[in-house]
Amino acid sequence: MSNLGIGTDEWVAQHEERLASQSPLKKLFARIPLWAKWGSFFLIAFLFGMLSDNQYLLRVGVNLALFIMLSYGLNIVVGYAGILDLGYVAFYGFGAYGYALLSSEQLGQHWPTYVTVPFITILTAILGYLISLPSRRLFGDYLAIVTLFFGQVFVQLVLASDNITFPWADDYVDITAGSNGIPGLDTFNLFGYIFDDIKDYYWLLMVIVLVLTVAIHRVSATRIGRAWRTVREDALVSEVMGVSVKRVKTLAFVAGATIAGFAGTIFAGMQTSVFINGFDLPLMVMIYAAIILGGSGSLAGALIGAIIMTILPELLRVPNYGAILFFVALLLTFFVLSKKFSRFLIYVVSIILIGFAFQLAMKAIGVTQANAEDWVVGFTGDLLKNWLFVPENRILWGNFAFILLLSLIAFFSIAKPIWKHVLLPFIGFTAIFLWEVRLIADVSTTRQLIIGAMLVVLMILRPQGLFGQTRVEIL
Amino acid sequence: MDYLGQQLINGLTLGGVYALIALGYTLVYGVLQILNFAHGDVYMIGAFLGFFAMTWLGGPLAPTVPVALMLLVMFLIAMMGTGLLGIVIERFAYRPLRNSTRIAPLISALGVSILLQNGALLIFSPSIRSYDTSSYIPSTLGFSVGELTIDSVRLGVLVLSAVLMILLTKWVNGTQVGRAMRAIAYDKDAAVMMGIDVDRVIRWTFFVGAALAGAAGVMNGLLLRGVSSGMGLIPGLKGFTAAVIGGIGSVPGAMLGGLLLGVIESLAQGYLSTNFADTITFILLITFMLFRPNGILGRPMMVKV
Repeated sequence: MSNLGIGTDEWVAQHEERLASQSPLKKLFARIPLWAKWGSFFLIAFLFGMLSDNQYLLRVGVNLALFIMLSYGLNIVVGYAGILDLGYVAFYGFGAYGYALLSSEQLGQHWPTYVTVPFITILTAILGYLISLPSRRLFGDYLAIVTLFFGQVFVQLVLASDNITFPWADDYVDITAGSNGIPGLDTFNLFGYIFDDIKDYYWLLMVIVLVLTVAIHRVSATRIGRAWRTVREDALVSEVMGVSVKRVKTLAFVAGATIAGFAGTIFAGMQTSVFINGFDLPLMVMIYAAIILGGSGSLAGALIGAIIMTILPELLRVPNYGAILFFVALLLTFFVLSKKFSRFLIYVVSIILIGFAFQLAMKAIGVTQANAEDWVVGFTGDLLKNWLFVPENRILWGNFAFILLLSLIAFFSIAKPIWKHVLLPFIGFTAIFLWEVRLIADVSTTRQLIIGAMLVVLMILRPQGLFGQTRVEIL
Repeated sequence: MDYLGQQLINGLTLGGVYALIALGYTLVYGVLQILNFAHGDVYMIGAFLGFFAMTWLGGPLAPTVPVALMLLVMFLIAMMGTGLLGIVIERFAYRPLRNSTRIAPLISALGVSILLQNGALLIFSPSIRSYDTSSYIPSTLGFSVGELTIDSVRLGVLVLSAVLMILLTKWVNGTQVGRAMRAIAYDKDAAVMMGIDVDRVIRWTFFVGAALAGAAGVMNGLLLRGVSSGMGLIPGLKGFTAAVIGGIGSVPGAMLGGLLLGVIESLAQGYLSTNFADTITFILLITFMLFRPNGILGRPMMVKV
């Protein structure tokens, strides 16, 4: 199967062949009915909620559920309707701040939850509608720009609204408490039932995610769902075919905003405090990463993406898990790249040899070695401490290794195949060195670096994401 | 009156920096139609390179060479370094995606931005570096016209950004690469058929755009002193905004947009509210975009069926 352009005549002609050559695992996976796949996810979630009393894990579960809601919402806007909304996270923030203002001492308001949550959610929907009005006039990049500005306006407005002076009043008015955030929010209280345990939120969110999954799945099969996808593929053609593009786009935008606002109110109630820097661009990037990773336009993709983006950072938080994850990922990458088991072994042996050679060379030059206690973190460090030479000046050598690694990978991507085989063991060694010397101790930066690298690599290797479908363009 | 004048001068200085950043966005958008969101971080790297060039030459307190030479070296190193970085980013993050969907380069750019920011955090550590301008350029040095005073740093930044913009205009209009760049922006397929080496021109575009951002980074360091790994976000956004006001893809538009944005921002700060200056700027922009999405000097986008 050569590299044919997708959509060319030859490519279309080979369709049957391609189906036949699919791996058996993939075929088996395709045979499992849809409800079973989704059911198993919810069953695991249900069993976890029943059996676990671990506060930390439950909190991760709640964060995951909120993240799933956000990526579902964004998936409607970006994945289905193809509207590039870079201000999406502002709706989440609006929901959270809306709830915070009506349920805390900030304005002295304590509305009952069953009024606040629907009220704020509807308000977010109206805001979404207002913001979507520009999408009637703009398209493509211009829309992305306006929504990006909108997100920034929200952040700046909240930051600045702690000190408003009106011409008719002497004293200033503090609405949002600016960068201090609003602490001490009321937790949810539904008709006397107080959500004082994280588990209450867990069950609430599980039901919401279940309902949303079914609802979005159903909607995407209706006329509206099909209309969203046609507008994404070609707005002009769908307009000609009788789809009311403006209405369809507005609907997607409002649906996304509503889900985000709803998620925001729950987040605020669960967290019992809101801070504006939680609703800025970094979160936006994370949600985009989730739906792009999973495959834009696929509901299962949005779910899987959200799971990866929530669980991965949590795993990296614990050095031991992080190390296991790192070495498994490294070995897997090498395994996939080497294609043959014998070659894979050669790579591993050469990495080990490079390690010893490095040790000898360093000792020959006379670089002082760091004490083992200073750098050994987790059990991989224990395993490697006699093999890996760690210089005393870890920061300098780590920086050097970081730049070397980036350059090696850069060279690798354009090198001739024969050079790739030579480069790979060196890349592997540098990666291990960097990991043990710097990254394992600097978790938050590492996490971000991995996410950044993942996005670039993913876009190059598989732009449609894990579950997305290859766009077929007729050439 | 002098208050207004002072605000205008501040605005123009700020605007010069924004304009230089905006040019990078606009040049890249012109040839590739992608929004290069990593541009703000290139600017941050430029500020760091300028800082390290300065420490290499003895640091702010005891420069080993004359101050003018030190400044020259700072700008040269920052511009060269970021220019090369621009080429590298293009080669590895954008070129593989040249024929991909529209969203792919955008996401890739976000990835590069995260990488640069956190790479800088890892390598340069989170501490904020200071250019400490006043210890080698006395702040008393400067001109006064009546009540107005303009100190030498501001004047230098203003003059240098003007010079760079004039050079850029000459480059775009006068050189062969500049002509090729405009040809690609106008019609890429036709340009290829006329024998233009597209890859080479795009490389040049990224080099020049990133080098301008590097210069802007050093200027910002000289003006405001502090340099840190997160500093690229807001100026990047502002530079992008400036490019949009002027009409993205248009070179004079980016210059005009940058100056205009600087002046608006500084007037909003001086007359309306320091607190709400950014909000006002962005709301003005949204309104502006609604009525004239192509910017002041942009060409209207047309879809051929």
